Amino acid sequence: MSEELLRLNHLSIDYKVKDGYLSAVNDINCVINKGEVFAIVGESGCGKSTVAHSIMNLLPGNNATITGDIIFKGKNLRKCTEKEMEGIRGKEIGMIFQNPLDSLNPVYTVGDQTAEAILLDKVDKTEAWNRVIKLFKDVKMPDAEERTKSFPHELSGGMRQRVMIAMMLSRNPELLIADEPTTALDVTIEAQILEILKQLRAEFNTAIMLITHNFGLVAEIADKIGIMYAGEMVESGDVFEIFENPVHPYTNLLMKALPSGTKKDGRLQIIEGSVPRITEKKPGCRFANRCPYAKEICFSETPQPVNISESHFCRCHKYGKEDF
Amino acid sequence: MENQEIIRLDGMKKYFSITKGIIKTQTTYAKAVDDISLSINKGEIVGLVGESGSGKTTLARVLLNLTKKTGGTMSINGKDPSKLKGKELKHLRSEVAVVFQDPAANLNPRDTVESSIMRPMIIHGVPKAEARKRAGEVLDMVKMDRRYLNSYPHQLSGGQLQRIAIARALALNPKIMILDEPTSALDISVQAQILNLLLDLQEKMGLTYLVITHDLNVIKYISDKIAVMYLGRLVEFGPTEEIADHAMHPYTRGLLDAAPVLDPRLRERKKELLKGDPGSLIKIGEGCRFCDRCKYATEECKTTMPENRMVTKEHMVACFHPLDM
Repeated sequence: MSEELLRLNHLSIDYKVKDGYLSAVNDINCVINKGEVFAIVGESGCGKSTVAHSIMNLLPGNNATITGDIIFKGKNLRKCTEKEMEGIRGKEIGMIFQNPLDSLNPVYTVGDQTAEAILLDKVDKTEAWNRVIKLFKDVKMPDAEERTKSFPHELSGGMRQRVMIAMMLSRNPELLIADEPTTALDVTIEAQILEILKQLRAEFNTAIMLITHNFGLVAEIADKIGIMYAGEMVESGDVFEIFENPVHPYTNLLMKALPSGTKKDGRLQIIEGSVPRITEKKPGCRFANRCPYAKEICFSETPQPVNISESHFCRCHKYGKEDF
Repeated sequence: MENQEIIRLDGMKKYFSITKGIIKTQTTYAKAVDDISLSINKGEIVGLVGESGSGKTTLARVLLNLTKKTGGTMSINGKDPSKLKGKELKHLRSEVAVVFQDPAANLNPRDTVESSIMRPMIIHGVPKAEARKRAGEVLDMVKMDRRYLNSYPHQLSGGQLQRIAIARALALNPKIMILDEPTSALDISVQAQILNLLLDLQEKMGLTYLVITHDLNVIKYISDKIAVMYLGRLVEFGPTEEIADHAMHPYTRGLLDAAPVLDPRLRERKKELLKGDPGSLIKIGEGCRFCDRCKYATEECKTTMPENRMVTKEHMVACFHPLDM
């Protein structure tokens, strides 16, 4: 049995906005085991990045109200002090972002920046530098030794993302949160980065929380997948099961909306309308107004998670009702 | 519509000069578009793919006459825009429309949707009343409610903005549309709406599209033919099915292999990953530009530029050692 690493328990996050509040994340439950790749997928504005930032306690405290628990290795991160969080960030949970250029300091060489993280562990400088070079080789950086002396602007997008991964690796965290790690990269470079992430997992048994809107990426690497819509996780489970049998109407329609054949196979499935902004919590399914199957109950009652199999649940009134 | 040529490029070149040294004596060139020959028939959808920096957008800008070509000849609807002046050039411009990637950046935030759509018509001398009527019509064509005519860009979503950009492009009844990454800024469900709309419009009006994108699934879905660019050169060009199933250039094969497949059961498939990245357009040798990353490269590849070779009537590949020959 695999060991539990991270558990989100009824996690809800509201942002304060001008006209009241915005329900960015609502009642999310999920578990990531050691060495597992869990993909959170959804369209923009569905709250995937908010979930990631809340785990690292990076949300603006005066603006975001968080309820629920974030349990990491048996410890509730919500109850940790800022000091304790500092020990967890980077060392236990690493994070990489979409645009590596935003995360790198333009006036230091990438080698120096990577060494900085290693020096936190009180090792001497030459050893730290040797480890930087080894890390750069681990992430398949071309001319690893030369590149440590480069500044971020001298590197290509793929190389910068490699630096970010090397930095994250330097503390060897057990969980990596990757927020759209390949969105800014070309497909060929994306495939290379994907290989590195796969290798990481095989070598260090790192668990990865992959946040993306790209179903292709999920199909390539994830073990489990959670689909988010307007702040709620509408379906979650084993990746093979969900790709074969997407139960929730949103998942189902979204997968059919992806171009996979040629135009001779007919037009793409579309979902009318766009993702709503949820500013008040009222009963009902958040997808109901776009759902082709919606009935009265969908607007009046919030669907509860239903287990389809041991590793697959979905929130929909339609599921399991013959006459729906 | 039978194979009537609408765009023809012969040996098209666009070099950007880079001067070095204090007195600017050393000049090198970035060959963004180098010796490209391409022919597009009326009513075809041609997809242009390649990694970033391969010159896709530069080629589009040359076609739009937004930048001057360095060499070669081009003909759009039988005319060469670089040789036209005044009225004639203006007229040709009304026949070639363009839609860019980020719709929010292309619409004036201070203009209403209506005046944004009317702008190109006013410039081309359409009377105001007529332009206003036409603005409503093109909005219908992109399946948007006319009540949005008085909205401002910040009140609309990304998908709606892209529809308006398409409506504006349609306003002057173009024959050719150049779409530069039309869906890459959009979500999946909205992307499907826009792709369907583009296909509907193309069928209804017999338009010719040149679609630039890096999303191979989108290209495979929408286009009749695929053109693959690598560091300024056209390396392969042919019908979509042939390219998708029997890519002959090692680069095309690598690009297709790198694209993620939407089926987790295929994740262990055999794929040839390309190493490294395209590198720079400035430091390029005499030979094939792909030779550093190509595992089939021989001495010949490093010293001589491969000729364009026609494999079938419509399938061109520029490689000394094409796959599956």
